[in-house]
Amino acid sequence: MSATVPGNGAVGRRMRRKEDPRLITGRASYVDDIALAGTLWCAFVRSPEAHAKIVSIDASAALERDDVVAVFTGEDVDAGALPCAWVPPGVEVNTSEHLCVAKGTVRHVGDPVAVVLGTDRYSVVDAAEDVVVDLEPLPVVASLEAAMSDGELVHPESGTNKIHEWSLGGGDVEAGLSQADVVIERTVVNHRISGAPIEPRAVLAEDRAGQLTVWSSTQVPHFLRLFLALLLGMSEERIRVIAPEVGGGFGAKLQIYGEELFCAWAARKLGRPVKWVETRSEHMMVSHHGRDQVAKVRLGATRDGKVTAIHAKIDADMGAYLMLLTPTIPSLGAFVMSGVYAIPNVQTDITGWYTNKMPTDAIRGAGRPEATHMIEVCMDQLAAELGMDPLELRRRNFIPADDFPHETALGIVYDSGDYAGALDKLLEHFDVGAFRREQEELRAKGIYRGVGFSTYTEICGLAPSRVTGPQGFGLQTGLWESAMVRVHITGAVTVYTGTSPHGQGLETTLAQVVADRLGCDPEHVEVLHGDTGTGPQGLGTYGSRSTAVGGEAAARAASKVADKCRAIVAHMLEAAPEDIEVRDGRFSVKGSPDKGMALAEIAGAAYIPDPLPDGMEPGLEETAFYDPANFVFPFGAHACVVDVDGETGKVQVVRHIAVDDCGPAINPMLIDGQVHGGIAFAIGQALYEQVVYDEDGQLVTGTFVDYALPTAAELPSFETDRTETPTPVNSLGVKGVGEAGTIAATPAIVNAVVDALRPLGVTYMDMPLSPVRVWQAIEEAKGVTA
Amino acid sequence: MIPPEFDYVRVSSVEEAVSVLAADEEAKLLAGGHSLVPLMKLRLAAPTQLVDIGRVPGLDAIERSNGDWRIGALARHAQLQDRPDMGLASRVAASIADQQVRNRGTIGGSLAHGDPASDLPAVLLACEGRVVARGTGGEREIAAADFFRDYLTTALEPSEVVTEIRLPALEGWGFAHRKFTRRAEDWAMVGVCVAVQAEGGVCRDVRIGFTNMGSTPLRATATEEALRGQPLEAASIERAAAQAAEGTDPPADLNATPEYKRHLARVLTGRALREAAGL
Repeated sequence: MSATVPGNGAVGRRMRRKEDPRLITGRASYVDDIALAGTLWCAFVRSPEAHAKIVSIDASAALERDDVVAVFTGEDVDAGALPCAWVPPGVEVNTSEHLCVAKGTVRHVGDPVAVVLGTDRYSVVDAAEDVVVDLEPLPVVASLEAAMSDGELVHPESGTNKIHEWSLGGGDVEAGLSQADVVIERTVVNHRISGAPIEPRAVLAEDRAGQLTVWSSTQVPHFLRLFLALLLGMSEERIRVIAPEVGGGFGAKLQIYGEELFCAWAARKLGRPVKWVETRSEHMMVSHHGRDQVAKVRLGATRDGKVTAIHAKIDADMGAYLMLLTPTIPSLGAFVMSGVYAIPNVQTDITGWYTNKMPTDAIRGAGRPEATHMIEVCMDQLAAELGMDPLELRRRNFIPADDFPHETALGIVYDSGDYAGALDKLLEHFDVGAFRREQEELRAKGIYRGVGFSTYTEICGLAPSRVTGPQGFGLQTGLWESAMVRVHITGAVTVYTGTSPHGQGLETTLAQVVADRLGCDPEHVEVLHGDTGTGPQGLGTYGSRSTAVGGEAAARAASKVADKCRAIVAHMLEAAPEDIEVRDGRFSVKGSPDKGMALAEIAGAAYIPDPLPDGMEPGLEETAFYDPANFVFPFGAHACVVDVDGETGKVQVVRHIAVDDCGPAINPMLIDGQVHGGIAFAIGQALYEQVVYDEDGQLVTGTFVDYALPTAAELPSFETDRTETPTPVNSLGVKGVGEAGTIAATPAIVNAVVDALRPLGVTYMDMPLSPVRVWQAIEEAKGVTA
Repeated sequence: MIPPEFDYVRVSSVEEAVSVLAADEEAKLLAGGHSLVPLMKLRLAAPTQLVDIGRVPGLDAIERSNGDWRIGALARHAQLQDRPDMGLASRVAASIADQQVRNRGTIGGSLAHGDPASDLPAVLLACEGRVVARGTGGEREIAAADFFRDYLTTALEPSEVVTEIRLPALEGWGFAHRKFTRRAEDWAMVGVCVAVQAEGGVCRDVRIGFTNMGSTPLRATATEEALRGQPLEAASIERAAAQAAEGTDPPADLNATPEYKRHLARVLTGRALREAAGL
């Protein structure tokens, strides 16, 4: 295969998104838009209790309704239990049975106890209210503290609420801390949040003569097919899963959900299509949540600001069951616990705990926002303790740009980076000296303005099997990706990708990547995805992997096609294949640009194969599978400026400046879009959003009235810039950017609020920085200083 | 998000609406639908039928008459928003939720719903306005102070239809509104609207209405009394505003403790009074 070709300039263009016309004119087709004759609608009867024994279920009144066809309980459904895919070697995991419809006991509010199926979408919801469920309440484990006391148990049969313990470290953290002149200890709380995509989940399942088709609003159609086959006892080729248009996921759709399994099971049982569309209230209750961990962090440094060790002891509230990746999530953070710093001694100890809440799992960033928040907030805390400028402290500990690839204390190898360079670029947009003068002037007027910084790296491009597989860290993953590139006889191109984009703009990005290698117009490159019935297998979209892994697979498939094109052109124009270059949209002979062929001409030859070299197969399509050699590590520097109302505690983000490095930009506009969305997500968590359960395990934040997603009115106009440091891991040099803003921004916001409030005596705060909490912090500080 | 089954009838006159309501205790009036319909979708309300008065002619006019603003019950928040000459009512209407809600929500519906977290009830109370309602026994006028009885409960009979709101124009008064929210579109954690009549730098009269400080909208009577007759200066306003939370007992909610709401009431009252006094 040839090395990276110079291409035709399709890569690097601020091209408008190819998917947008259908999306913004309402012509896209989501699961809810798909109507099949004879469809039955589902309504789930859900537990109003956080923990209870199911005494009886009486569905007779519901069944009396003319339009109700069936009511099923957990006793009726003979499908397998929902999967947890993380089985680390040598780690004892206290697993539990998680059924798509509960049997015997419900363990969180919203746990399904029965399902009503009927012909009318509205009346099944009325009928669900007619199902009489007698629940006998059991003691509720509603908090991490309650779980850790092991007083009441979520799964009494196991004798403990503890799920697992998992540690990852390098060096000797206690020795490192003993070398430190200063050790700070902070308890860092990262609260529970929701993914809250604009399109809630939806499933439609149809069985035709033993062939099952499932349309689902999912990020992982191929995984879903695999697990449906296992859980329904079917051969995999009898199942086709289609993720049609998917309106966002943020990790909430990286899951194998009970509703997906149930609809598939019921469609087979009843011989009719079965459909379920999640309501927003259901989404808040029963789509998995994210974060929810408390970390005790110790960070030590010498007096001159050289960090000697970091230790994080994490207790994670994982909810009532283990779902697809639940116990894995904090481990993803452990890989980057030392952030962008050369810290010789690093240790992360994770303990998972059951509570009577919805399970947690991957939500945008998944473990890495938590880790980044810990170290970046604690670096500011340490700087204050040392009396050192927080940026100076960071600079003294950055892994230097000439030390890449860099093996961290954990044994992870950072691919490439220039952390000081990103910070320098940030400071071109932000004059610290001028800011400090302005801050002083504003304080005199009673306005508390602060700035906070975050310098970060993250681990993405899930996942190289050599690093994560049995020979590596034992996470039992090897998340390769595939692509097939097909050139049609007209020269038009279709790309099949195993990733499953749901709003990121990958139809555009991948078209640019392939067009660049084939010397054609990306407008004529179509990208198909999300259907197990077309193209090769793949593993979906999550973990900022789709361009770094899926894009590289597409590039490699396109390069294979380009190689064949070169061979055809060389043969027909009587030149050597190595003398054929892609230039101005043609494959032409080096030095003789008028001697060449357009892609359509080459395709014509490939499909009417008379002129092909002897022995060459006709056709012009190639498949590539790509298992990356390593993760990729995007990085950057963020600054956030906030104003805090000293009387009310309300925080307003005034500026947010982001310099992100995800390697050479394929489409700068799409990168900006991802960074904007990522920062908005982080501002949401830092200031507004929190999933709240009360002391009885009741969900308090059941709608968008109480779960406060920020709107445009709450957000500043983001200022973005980039540095471009290629990774040696893939031929595109690219990293990922879908989670970068979310991972980087929360500590910058919190550091900014603390910076603003230091004159009032506030030195530390946990998210969410809601007005009442900020006011309480100010009042407490007054009490201390008075 | 899917409401229980209900019937729907569109009426063409207030009389027709009254007779439908009188015949069915579980029927509910539908105007803008921006309070009732969400409650139905959450299955917190389950009326047997919705009586749509949205197309009853003549119910959305805004007129000035004898020192009052006469506002038709179907006047949308957006109509008030577009009438800055209406002063406080216009200012407050412009702060309600978002533009889509303001385009649909009506003043009559907002008042009849009786939600202490809504913005216009405090305006009615502060301006000492009246609500005109028609029922089986004919038309009557209800003073603001008598209108709000409890949480989501007003003096309206089940079969009564609000037809008009009369707000004293408070010509020449200074006014201001402070609404404290987490997000721009949220209901107020605490809202304060004030109107101040000044004469030679002295407060001749002052009215202060609170949103979300109790089970009904409230007047800040202690502050009003403390300021009446006093010079409109920073010090006197500060002293008066310090009493703003007196007599209030706001409930805790997800976003605020009672203590915090009382603190906000004092801070916001001070700020609103300073603005209304031109300081």
